[in-house]
This record gives sequence, C-alpha cells and structure tokens, in this order.
Amino acid sequence: MTVFEVFRQERKGQPFQHAGSLVAPDAAFAEAWAREQYGRRGESAALWLVPRDAVHEVVDWADEFDLKYRRVDGYSIKARLAEARERAGTATA
Amino acid sequence: MDTRSEEFLAYVQSGGQVEAGDWMPDEYRQKLVKFIEMHGNSELMGVLPEREWILKAPTLQRKLALTAKVQDEVGHAQLIYRVVEDLGKPRNACLADLVSGKAKFHNVFHYPTLSWGDVGVIAWLVDAAAIISQKALLKCSYAPYARIMKKICWEESFHILHGRDVVLAMMTGTDAQRELVQEALTRWWPPLMQFHGNPISREEDPMYVWRIKSQGNEEARQQFLEGYVPQIWELGLTVPDPDLRRSEDGTWEYTEPDWDELKSVVTGHGPRSQERLDFRRRLLDQEAWVREAVLAA
Repeated sequence: MTVFEVFRQERKGQPFQHAGSLVAPDAAFAEAWAREQYGRRGESAALWLVPRDAVHEVVDWADEFDLKYRRVDGYSIKARLAEARERAGTATA
Repeated sequence: MDTRSEEFLAYVQSGGQVEAGDWMPDEYRQKLVKFIEMHGNSELMGVLPEREWILKAPTLQRKLALTAKVQDEVGHAQLIYRVVEDLGKPRNACLADLVSGKAKFHNVFHYPTLSWGDVGVIAWLVDAAAIISQKALLKCSYAPYARIMKKICWEESFHILHGRDVVLAMMTGTDAQRELVQEALTRWWPPLMQFHGNPISREEDPMYVWRIKSQGNEEARQQFLEGYVPQIWELGLTVPDPDLRRSEDGTWEYTEPDWDELKSVVTGHGPRSQERLDFRRRLLDQEAWVREAVLAA
C-alpha cells in the first residue's frame, strides 16, 4: 500500500493546497477514493495525487553566509537617505 | 520536562504548528494519538444511530440526504485515522481498540435513536455541538490534523442545515410531529450538555496546554448555548432545564450536567454502547474480504 498526499485546487488558476492523505494500492484506487473524499460536491477544480515517496522535502535552511542582501530587511537606507538629501539641499527641517 | 520539550511547549503555546516529520515530545505524541483517535472513533460510531433510519426515512429525498451524511462521516473517520497512522498507530490497531472497548467514542453516540425526531435533533444539535469543537481544531498545533478539519467543518455545516430542515418540516407539521421533536429534544438535552466535557479550566486541560484544542470545555458549551438556545426557543420548543437562562453579562446558567452519567456512558455503559460495538465488530469481520481484496490488487 502507498500513501498518497492529496493537493486540491479549489478553482482554476488558484494554487494547489495540501488537503490530506490517503492509502491505496495504486493510482487507480487512489483516484477513486480521492474523488469520493474531495469531489462529491464539486468543491475541487483539480486534484494532484502524489505518492509520498515522490515528495522531496526541504526544511533546513542554513544561513551561514548571512544572505541579508537578498532581503528587504538587509537594507537600512534611512541614515544614507538623510545624508543624500542634506548634500542635495532637499532636506526638510 | 527536558529543555527541548520545554522549548517545544513554548513554541506551540505561541501559536506554532508542527508537521508529521518534525520532532515532538513523546507526551505530545501520545496526547495527539489519544485525542485524534477518539475523534475518528466518534465519526465511525456516530453513523450508527443515523444508519438505523436510512430504511425508515419518510421520503426518498430524506433517505438520500441521510445516506450522504453517513458517507460524509465515514469519510471523516478515514481522514482522521490516516492522521493517527502517521503519528504511529495503524488503523487496524485503532479499530481493534475500538471494538474491544479499550478506546472511547463520544457520549452522544451511545444513545438510541427512537424516532425521526431524534434524527433531526441529532443532525441539527449534535452536529452543531460537534462543529464548535471541530472549529476550535482548525488552529490545532498539529498541522496535518488542522488541515483536514477544514473539509470536515465544511461538510458538517451541510449536516446542521439538513437537521434544521428536518426539524423545521416537523415543527410546521401536525401536533404529533411537533411532539416528536419536543420528545427528542427532551431526551437529547442532558447528553448535549455533557458533550463538551466537565468545566475544567483550560490551563488545567492538557489538550489545551499542548494547543491541540484552542478553547476550554466551558467556552465551547457557552458558545453552543449562545448560538442554539435562541434558535430552539424561537420554534416554541422547551429546553428541559428550568434553571437555563442567560445572565446579564451574557453567560448562560444551567443545571449542573450529570458528570457521573457522562463517565459511565463513555466507558461503555450507555444504553446502546454494547449493541453498537457488537455491530461494528460483526461488520469488521464480515467485510474483512474487501480489505483483503484491495490489498491483493
């Protein structure tokens, strides 16, 4: 038996979101059960059934090089902007 | 508690959520399994009182609606047992503990369904009480459980509407029909008041401490009373509690529910506990061939 993770899209164009999982011997059984669980009331536009083993998960995020320059909080422009305005003569009092 | 567990506790108490593969203290895992397994058992056993009425439903429409509700609830049990499985307890073990009487299920599913009035009151008020508990699980610290609760709450809202529709049809019918609803409400009120559990403060409730639940028992009961007593009264029904009233500060006062009865019922001594467990046991044997056939596929 295989665990399938179920991702559900509510309307066309929206992102697929993890909805739950089910156990099935193969994809055909998984589809039959997923249709019952997530499609009886027309609540899904599409489903992705992904064998859990096929999911390559990434959860650890090393930051040993301090990648602040990639983020907005890596920039503190307040002091520099004040100085630049000072030199341009556009600073307000 | 060791430092790592303390950090974990502080994390969930500040609103943090965890996934199946994350490290978690053993105590937390055990509490999760116990709580979620009981929820799964309740979904599975909860269909039995209603199932009895599928053949006796008054119209084809009601028969189909009731069948659909039963299918929904069994589907909930499947989703919930899946979550328990990922926490380390296989579904077979859950079912074995259920039919042996070792594991519990909710008090309301230990009572008989005597009339069609009971079916309406169950779908309306038992599901209403249940949705209050389940909505409080949308923020559960264990994220896989919180995620499936979205679908479950969504489907429960149909059930409440279906139940209210059944009740309204009877309340706009003959005196005999109205009497059936009143009798059912009178029967179901005590178990409904016991449903959310004793009024232990949430800080002393381990399920709240670990943020498995996001509200205390009494908060849930107050929410139920605030939401549904006015709806019951407006139909001209009588709640069988002379002390029930809304005080000036908005809290509901009521006669102390019988906590001994609750304890006795959930430990398998309710009026239908053994009969329903026998039925589930028989079905488990009878349908073993289906599971075997699927496994062999």
